[in-house]
Amino acid sequence: MKGKRSAVKEKLVVAIMTIITLPILLPYLWLLLNSLAKGVYWGLIPQRFTLENWSFLWRKVKIGANVFPSVWPIVGNTVLLAGGITVLVVLIASLTGYALSRINFTGKSFLLKSTIFLHAFPGVALLIAMYFVLQKLGLIDTLLGVILVKVALELPMATWIIKGFFDNIPLDTEWAAYLDGCNRFQAWWKVILPQMKTGLAAIAIFSFISGWSEFIYVYTFIYSPANYTLAVYLKNLIGDFRMLNYNLLCATGLFYMIPVILFFVFSQKTLMQISFGGLKE
Amino acid sequence: MGKPTNKTLMSPKLMQSLRSAPFIAPFIILVFLFYLVPVLLTAVLSGTGMDFTMRFNFVGLKNFARILSDSVLPQILHNTLVYVFFTCLLNVGFGFILALLTTYFIKNENIGLFFRTLWLLPRMTPPVIYALLWLWFLDPTEKGMLNVIVGAFGRPPQNWILNNPMPTVILANGLIGVSLGMVIFSSAIKSIPDELYKAAMIDGAGDFKIIRHIILPLVKWPLMFLTVWQILSLITSYEYIMLITDGGPLFNSEVLSLYSYHKAFSNLEFGYGAALAVILVLIGILVTTFMLKVFGFDRMMDPSRLNA
Repeated sequence: MKGKRSAVKEKLVVAIMTIITLPILLPYLWLLLNSLAKGVYWGLIPQRFTLENWSFLWRKVKIGANVFPSVWPIVGNTVLLAGGITVLVVLIASLTGYALSRINFTGKSFLLKSTIFLHAFPGVALLIAMYFVLQKLGLIDTLLGVILVKVALELPMATWIIKGFFDNIPLDTEWAAYLDGCNRFQAWWKVILPQMKTGLAAIAIFSFISGWSEFIYVYTFIYSPANYTLAVYLKNLIGDFRMLNYNLLCATGLFYMIPVILFFVFSQKTLMQISFGGLKE
Repeated sequence: MGKPTNKTLMSPKLMQSLRSAPFIAPFIILVFLFYLVPVLLTAVLSGTGMDFTMRFNFVGLKNFARILSDSVLPQILHNTLVYVFFTCLLNVGFGFILALLTTYFIKNENIGLFFRTLWLLPRMTPPVIYALLWLWFLDPTEKGMLNVIVGAFGRPPQNWILNNPMPTVILANGLIGVSLGMVIFSSAIKSIPDELYKAAMIDGAGDFKIIRHIILPLVKWPLMFLTVWQILSLITSYEYIMLITDGGPLFNSEVLSLYSYHKAFSNLEFGYGAALAVILVLIGILVTTFMLKVFGFDRMMDPSRLNA
């Protein structure tokens, strides 16, 4: 009797959840439908199917007097930015994480403490000073400048997480590697890193998505259209023809979201388990 | 007696330190140049009248005096308070409700997980796209979803963003933060032993009583942690506001962090912008110290308490 009632209650809650979750899903559906349509009824239902909105993939976007450059060099920039950030964050964080976990060096606890301390200063509050530093180093308006800033901001957290991975790997395997004649670097690279592939992959994916989505640093530090990434390209597109052509915006937006969607589809379960891992364990 | 070799001169600890150098050098160089230096430089810049010429031009505390007499600042501070308070409330409150629904009420692990994953969508969506979705939803013409909905009730289209800038930015930011609250509360609720529920049920307690007397007291720590964490991040978060209303119309949705950005990068008043950033950081430090005093550092930071 009681079991039956709770089953009914659970179904009711599922229904409630469906209703409150629908508004979250609806906009993404709109994005998809509009990208394939010419005009819409009621803001959502496509009038006629067309691939015209996707033509930005093979020719320059022209509306009125505005001509937007081909999208491919901008895709290239975005890949470079996201890829650069990923490689540097994973590499440097796993080097430092290893040292923090295994080597007993002078200033270690100071380094650990200052990493936490720095975390109290959010990057977005430091944009002005970063602008100055990049200007002085000749890195303003370059992708490399944005990459280095993003890496520096992400390193403290990533290093903390990776240090945790190292802490969990037993020392025995490492000793075995030394007995076999490995030096520290070889042991780190050949024996220990392969044992934490999953963790490293998770950090790599998060760095990539965060670099791919990055808006504010690119928008602030880069002003040559040749160095734009998709985020800034889209922001300009929104500013210029929001009122004119939603369909084009939807197609470009959806194209930009492809890596995020892939990531979402393939790692649903892992996402929930790892994303807030630091707090969850 | 031969000269002592290098080896005996160096303590083992120093040897270790030298050996660790290649491991930590890249980290130290990058974090120093692009994180630590900007932190210190922000403080220095706040004492200058630096403009687009990028020259230090020390003016002492003049920028801070200007902040005190800035005529738009009262409105901006008011906006910041409203924004942080209501967004945080939405994050924590709605996050708790979602966690309750998907973990306590929906016992099927997979269905709960499915809903929680969907609620991560706003957070995973690139900010530019997320802003675009809001701009469409609230579009002032009859193309906008909300205008389609009110149109069905025979109402004329309205310019939602222009008429309600603060509710717009609060809702847009709130729906992003909700997922963090949801995830933290979910794991906290899941870690409550089943026996507690069973015992309560045998005693005849209903859902409301269980939530009130078992779940709420046990998620007290995650709740406090989340509140502090969100207040701190909201004080300095302006990316979505910038993309959706850009602080407008006039200064109606301008918050302190966005004002600092605008001063620096729209007006090119880097010195004044930096002074405003210093105020932001000081507020952040103040909030943290206050919270730590009230709740106690060890209790706050001990991760085991998060799930207790």
